[in-house]
Amino acid sequence: MIPLSWYMALAAILFAIGVCGFLTRRNIIIMFLSTELMLNAVNLNFVAMSHYLESMNGQVFTFFIITVAAAEAAIGLGIAVSLYRSSRHTVHVDEINELKG
Amino acid sequence: MDTAIVSWTAFEPILPEMFLVCIALAIIGFDLFAGKQREQLIPWITVLGGLIVLGMVAGEKYGQAFDGMFITDGYASFFKVVCMIGVIMAALMSEHFRRSEALPLGEYNSLMVLSAVGMLIMASAGDLMVLYLGLELMALSVYCLVGLHHGDPKTGEAAMKYFLMGGFASAILLYGMSLVYGLTGTTNIAKIAQLSSSGQLLTNPALMAGLGMMIAAFCFKVAIAPFHFWTPDVYEGAPTPVTAFMSVGPKAAGFAVFGRVLVSGFPQFHDSWGTLLSVLALLTMAIGNITALSQVSIKRMLAYSAIAHAGYALLGVLCGTPEGLSSTMSYLLIYAFMNMGAFAILILMSSPDNHRETLDDFKGLAKTNPAAAFMMMIFMFSLTGIPPTAGFMGKFYLLKSALAAGYTMTVIGAVIFSSISAYFYLRVVRYMYMSDPEHEVAINFTPGISVVLGLSLLGVIGLGLFPGSMIAQAAGALLGQ
Repeated sequence: MIPLSWYMALAAILFAIGVCGFLTRRNIIIMFLSTELMLNAVNLNFVAMSHYLESMNGQVFTFFIITVAAAEAAIGLGIAVSLYRSSRHTVHVDEINELKG
Repeated sequence: MDTAIVSWTAFEPILPEMFLVCIALAIIGFDLFAGKQREQLIPWITVLGGLIVLGMVAGEKYGQAFDGMFITDGYASFFKVVCMIGVIMAALMSEHFRRSEALPLGEYNSLMVLSAVGMLIMASAGDLMVLYLGLELMALSVYCLVGLHHGDPKTGEAAMKYFLMGGFASAILLYGMSLVYGLTGTTNIAKIAQLSSSGQLLTNPALMAGLGMMIAAFCFKVAIAPFHFWTPDVYEGAPTPVTAFMSVGPKAAGFAVFGRVLVSGFPQFHDSWGTLLSVLALLTMAIGNITALSQVSIKRMLAYSAIAHAGYALLGVLCGTPEGLSSTMSYLLIYAFMNMGAFAILILMSSPDNHRETLDDFKGLAKTNPAAAFMMMIFMFSLTGIPPTAGFMGKFYLLKSALAAGYTMTVIGAVIFSSISAYFYLRVVRYMYMSDPEHEVAINFTPGISVVLGLSLLGVIGLGLFPGSMIAQAAGALLGQ
């Protein structure tokens, strides 16, 4: 059997990739994808722990996270489309700079 | 055969939340079928529903539901009342705002009510799962609210920034929760407290990391530095009633979970998180108050002031004592009144062609419109913390409880930054009373905004002169816990 620590290490690496992607990329869609990657790292963590702890909570939690992530994607892409239409046809955060100070 | 029948009495504790969902659906239906001319009734539906929920929350029976996942106690009820006051006032503001701006009333009110459902769930959460679901329900609705005003590129930008940062923060929160779950084997907050009190876990670095990540995410939600960067942009870009709502409702709900998780979930770790939060509170007050000094837009200034006030409110949480928590609770109630009042004046000033959000627009307001100027002065005094307004009482209790808990340096810092804040709040008063008006400002007191201003004024003066009953209520709420 694969030990728990492997799963947790994989989840940590995925999460770190997500964080790095979010902080370094400047395209809204890629930044959004990075947060999805982070959420999936969390899901992996929950499922692996739930299996090893023999408790159902983690798996139930994962279902909720997947559901919420779907809702979040719908809203996020909706906002991105409305921003793209209303401003200046860009999804690059460096060019979206009306608000500062 | 005797099948398992759903026991409907089990749903009794979540009746206010279910009722709010029904109101939101009713508003959507009404908006679809009632036609344009009856659209102005929508805010009043929200207000009526909000008042009913306020009554339900006040008369709630205390207890636990769903195996400890949902807790109804005095602590939750108090925060629920603050959130519902925010909803009612923001609905009344939209009644005025729609006259000057094209605000889709149906969407605005239904989203606001849905986010209120999330806040009530957060206030009652006894389990990390419920906490997360409430938080996301609140946050997703507010992302939409911020971007509601389409056509204005500013709101789209604000919504996008808020959404990206919010998604990032929830991912961090979840990772923290997964670490805590892995180490304790439970997501129930009360059980986490029991299990983590055993010697082994107390010094476990992974549990500390999990707790730290959760704290970071909560700090993000209530705009504590260094997680505050989204706040000024989002507050400035959002439609003004939404900004007013965000600065009261989601903030109160954020503090509700902050207190619940730290004080009932991790009381053994108070030494660590108390020190951490005292540093963050100082940093927040410094950044909020010092950056607000250089703002010319009053809306943006109020955004930085919201950051600073989050720092003050944190003073009560970091004590980790019932006294501290009750002072945070009363402060959030007071803050709801004074901030709603200040934003209401801002909405009152705005006209379709000119938002009138800068300091210059307030020049000589006392001559053109003495009533509005006088009310703005009261709210500014309260935000500064000048007696006999409620802002003073709130700050006094916060500083007192932080001092009693032994955070002397933090209290000294808070007093210094609070006196710095007098400069930019009183500057507004000086512009209103000691400058000559540059142009005529036509102000139209509509029923909605008049009720908001009346309530805020009543709250600020009433709680300032007679704070005893509120403090007793907040303290009593915690003793029942």
